[in-house]
Amino acid sequence: MRFSGLRVLRQGLTGNKGWTPHWRDPEPKAEYDAIIIGGGGHGLSTAYYLAKEHGMTNIAVLEKGYLGGGNVGRNTTIVRANYFLPGNSEFYSHSLKLWEGLEQDLNYNVMHSQRGVINLFHSDGQRDAFARRGNAMINQGDDAELLDVAGVRRLLPYLDFENARFPIYGGLLHRRGGTARHDAVAWGYARGADQRGVDLIQQCEVTGIDIENGKVTGVQTTRGAIKAKKVGIVVAGRSGQVAAMAGMRLPIESHVLQAFVSEGLKPVIDHVVSFGMGHFYISQSDKGGLVFGGDLDFYASYASRGNMPMMEHVMEAGMTLMPMIGKSKVLRSWGGIMDMTPDGSPIIDKTETDGLFIDCGWCYGGFKAVPGSGFSFAHLMATGNHHAPAAKFRLDRFSTGKGLMDEEGTGAQHNLH
Amino acid sequence: MRIDCPLCGPRDRREFYYQGEAVALARPDPEAGDAAWENYVHLRENPTGERRDLWHHEGGCGAWLVVTRNTTTHEVFKVELATDVKRSMA
Ligand SMILES: Cc1cc2nc3c(=O)[nH]c(=O)nc-3n(C[C@H](O)[C@H](O)[C@H](O)COP(=O)(O)OP(=O)(O)OC[C@H]3O[C@@H](n4cnc5c(N)ncnc54)[C@H](O)[C@@H]3O)c2cc1C
Ligand SMILES: [Zn+2]
Repeated sequence: MRFSGLRVLRQGLTGNKGWTPHWRDPEPKAEYDAIIIGGGGHGLSTAYYLAKEHGMTNIAVLEKGYLGGGNVGRNTTIVRANYFLPGNSEFYSHSLKLWEGLEQDLNYNVMHSQRGVINLFHSDGQRDAFARRGNAMINQGDDAELLDVAGVRRLLPYLDFENARFPIYGGLLHRRGGTARHDAVAWGYARGADQRGVDLIQQCEVTGIDIENGKVTGVQTTRGAIKAKKVGIVVAGRSGQVAAMAGMRLPIESHVLQAFVSEGLKPVIDHVVSFGMGHFYISQSDKGGLVFGGDLDFYASYASRGNMPMMEHVMEAGMTLMPMIGKSKVLRSWGGIMDMTPDGSPIIDKTETDGLFIDCGWCYGGFKAVPGSGFSFAHLMATGNHHAPAAKFRLDRFSTGKGLMDEEGTGAQHNLH
Repeated sequence: MRIDCPLCGPRDRREFYYQGEAVALARPDPEAGDAAWENYVHLRENPTGERRDLWHHEGGCGAWLVVTRNTTTHEVFKVELATDVKRSMA
């Protein structure tokens, strides 16, 4: 079934009785050409591009819960390409281009809204750093504009510009940045993969990875053993555990990141605003809720909820930047489990086991990467070669010390990103 | 989350700096080789459930603590002075 404006109109007038399920609910087969472990954004997009770009349709996505129940449905939906370092720059640039054609490609409304991302700065030194970042973005072929205070005032008149501790000096505007509807991205990719013959198998937890003579032969699951010569691990916060099934230790520690949403309000915040000095960022959803968050809770955790200190910190930072939001009520807060690498950048690579691939380490920025990661990981799994825009996301960069991508410049060490 | 410092008593999590998994208790020999150092500096067990971390009571007595806790429930089982743990390992 294809979606179109006409169809929505016709269905609306005839009681919406003609809609069909977006995907099948198949039983697992005994064997596939390839298995993707994890039905989050990255797993589903990998399956979609394996089928679409590489004609691999005898494949399955195994998800222990339900599709989109992980971080892909828990994030604050910011999509941008404002990275600085080679390796990251070209990857996020490629991913943003895929976003820009995604709705047509998937025939699905993912509500991608390029409303502009503004990163604020508060000192001359920070202005220089942002000017440099902006130039790197322009060199990469993406967009960036350095705004002075007047420029920021025009777009965001509601900020506290004269704040004593963090007076606003300006901002870096990335017009093509914005947000998307997170669930719809998972659903759109799931539907597209299913339409091309991919089996999406939910309530199917992988409990073991079978390896013979250094080659992967399949997986053990709560719904029985399934054979495959190619297996991709795409399980975000659970990467450590699943990799351990193949006898691997990863350069990853799992941390909790919280987010918050307010009651629905009339449109008031038109952009994505990021206040790096206070570790706070915010946007407004199409339903009207203010969606905001801050930093990690900063200790290893597998709880999908955080603790009070970070909640307080985020609220304080929000009040510092835009005192007007103090009048709105917080409706919900939640947490997701982040796969943190020592340098804060991701991994898309082969492993020492033949046929076993891994895509992980997305830290708190993997939503914008969903299209690019799936595209590049599918390329790697299908061809055995690294896809150019993701070629620097190597697993061995920590042991060799070559090609570390530490955007924050704090050092490639756990617990610093 | 509260951490019961052996010297100061139960204190708010905010008084402590989190250093990560308590790998520093078993630092490899300088000549142990690349694999041992890679294992020490970068690779992590990252378990669900019980694990041991190093925390620094920077807003209190300044002691380094070994905290045994549950990563899924945030329950703290045991808090020891790192010096005591290290001594008992010798
Ligand atoms: C609060 C919060 C805010 C964020 N904000 C942003 C943002 O604004 N912009 C941005 O770019 N990124 C953001 N992120 C990060 C982003 O959400 C993640 O990096 C990304 O979603 C991770 O990839 P995924 O979608 O594949 O993960 P997930 O959706 O978590 O998918 C992994 C899946 O693997 C499954 N799985 C795990 N173990 C097994 C097993 N043994 N067998 C079978 N299946 C298994 C899980 O059930 C899960 O469904 C945010 C994250 C959080 C938590
Ligand atoms: Zn103390």
